Amino acid sequence: MSAVDPMTTERPQREAAPRSAVGPPRVHVGRRTPATWVQQGGLSKLIFLLPLLFVFGAFSWYPIVRLVMMALQHTNLVQPATWVGLKNFSEVIHDPLFLIALRNTAEFAGLALIFGYPIPLIMAVLMSTVRKRRGLYAVLAYLPVVIPPVVAVLLWKTFYDAASNGVFNTVLGWVGIGPQQWIQSQSQAMPSLVLESTWANAGSTVIIYLAALVGVNHELYEAASVDGAGLWKKVWHVTLPQLRTVLLITMILQLIGTAQVFIEPYLFTQGGPANATLTVMLLIYNYAFGNSLGASYGEAAALSLMLVGFLAVFSLVYLRATRAWSSQ
Amino acid sequence: MSARPVRRKRRPRDVEAAQGLVLTDDWRRPSVRWGLGTTHFVLLVLLVVIGLGPILWLAKSAISPTLDTITSPLAIFPHGFAWGNLSTAWSNVDVALYLKNTVVLAIGSWAFQIVVATSGAYALSVLRPKYGNVIMALLLMTLFVPAVVLLVPLYIEVVHPPLLHTSFVNNYLAVWLPEAASAFNVVLMKRFFDNLPREIFEAARIDGCGPFRLFYSIVLPMSRPILGVVSVFALLASWKDYLWPLLVLGDPNLQPLSVRLPEIQQFTPLGVFLAALALTCVVPIVGFLVFQRSFLRGTGLGGALKG
Repeated sequence: MSAVDPMTTERPQREAAPRSAVGPPRVHVGRRTPATWVQQGGLSKLIFLLPLLFVFGAFSWYPIVRLVMMALQHTNLVQPATWVGLKNFSEVIHDPLFLIALRNTAEFAGLALIFGYPIPLIMAVLMSTVRKRRGLYAVLAYLPVVIPPVVAVLLWKTFYDAASNGVFNTVLGWVGIGPQQWIQSQSQAMPSLVLESTWANAGSTVIIYLAALVGVNHELYEAASVDGAGLWKKVWHVTLPQLRTVLLITMILQLIGTAQVFIEPYLFTQGGPANATLTVMLLIYNYAFGNSLGASYGEAAALSLMLVGFLAVFSLVYLRATRAWSSQ
Repeated sequence: MSARPVRRKRRPRDVEAAQGLVLTDDWRRPSVRWGLGTTHFVLLVLLVVIGLGPILWLAKSAISPTLDTITSPLAIFPHGFAWGNLSTAWSNVDVALYLKNTVVLAIGSWAFQIVVATSGAYALSVLRPKYGNVIMALLLMTLFVPAVVLLVPLYIEVVHPPLLHTSFVNNYLAVWLPEAASAFNVVLMKRFFDNLPREIFEAARIDGCGPFRLFYSIVLPMSRPILGVVSVFALLASWKDYLWPLLVLGDPNLQPLSVRLPEIQQFTPLGVFLAALALTCVVPIVGFLVFQRSFLRGTGLGGALKG
């Protein structure tokens, strides 16, 4: 970041910026008219930007503004919207399901971190020492990622059959453990969802770590070897510190991703049993599209906005708290 | 990220990385060779059982009689095959139709994403209008807004679009266009364009090459690797998408496979349903195996970009 704010500084700053590669260099002779603007390539620049401006304007920037407006409005698509201030927010906060959804989402994110965070790292470090056919390992690790989530969830739903001859219960039977209830049990439902989600998503993290591991400076390993460091010491003192930026980023990305978990609770359990897997996104969906509650778009927008706000604040605090450590 | 579309050979990189954590000298020590060799073997077995296992089970059960799958799910073809599951799923359950819808949705999403990402990134990286920084800042801002929270306003926009007096429900444009608004694609593409050698653009300009010609004849052909990466992820993301098409495509004849599968489950025997699941996976798995380099490189790139 430069010391001078480019938005407020006048010409000198702009002149320093790299010039456009196309079109004649801009000469400030006389007044700028639409004709000179076209001549200097202003029109073609705009033409190339039009698809981006239209698509982002209509389907990204406008909906963001609309989301904020809707959170402050009562809308049901039939009558004109009325402004209701913060009523939607207070209704969401006083909804008994709100705290349940928060707790469940936190539980999902926490369990996903415990299951899903160390496993890809261990796999990637081990895979980075493979000499022959490393590609085969990478392909096998990544394969679940390309399975559509709907297929993965419905397939695992079959595995979680609570009957004693269900797939997982059969495997447990081999080692002498009795049949489990899996997603039908209030206490096991959430861990079951996390297990499937870890299977489906770990592969891409493995590949990210593998790419980062290739970038570790080899001289560090050689120096560590010369100093007599064994394998474990090299992992602990060279590999992990070299990966710390990537490790911090994947952790925050995973937390942001799991905070928005939807498809697993929606397709596995519909939030049940007894709201044990009702997550924030599922509650948003139920407000807006669930039949039982009717279409409360205002409340859905208010809860969406609270989720975005929380994630933004959380990310900022996280990045600030870890900045010193990550840029050592 | 390398600017030049040179194909990397795999071998040197592997040997190089083997120089890393475990040095070549270490590999000569029997304890290291045996210890790591065993660990690698165990890892491979775990990857096959846990990573590949569920997919193999799905493939097996798709051609097993329903009764076998229910009573002894882990037995391997105790009473022979049931190839009929596949044909029943294909024609009676209309997997063929839904697969066609999935393909049309994926190709449309891909086309819109490529047009928006390449033209936008070209304008921002090569043409550089004065207001480019503002647009870039607005784009980066959207990276912090998770797509799912825009679900409700986007849905209302599709049902009651501003200015136009027609609903876009059951119109594929309602799926294609919002998916094209991917800031991630634009940023990835722009970073690649930023690294292309400026001298070539300058030389082309002196030879009288206009901005359109520069785009089609020089920038796009030089960007094949990144186009491949963005393409495979656009196609895969569309194939995997569920919630948005579920909301805006109410007509079953227009829905993609992912949206239909939970419905199909309700009225088909388990064997046929698992055959439908397996048929849904064929295209992404084959596509991944064929274009694995783009997939794996792109995922690594994604990590580097986010980092």
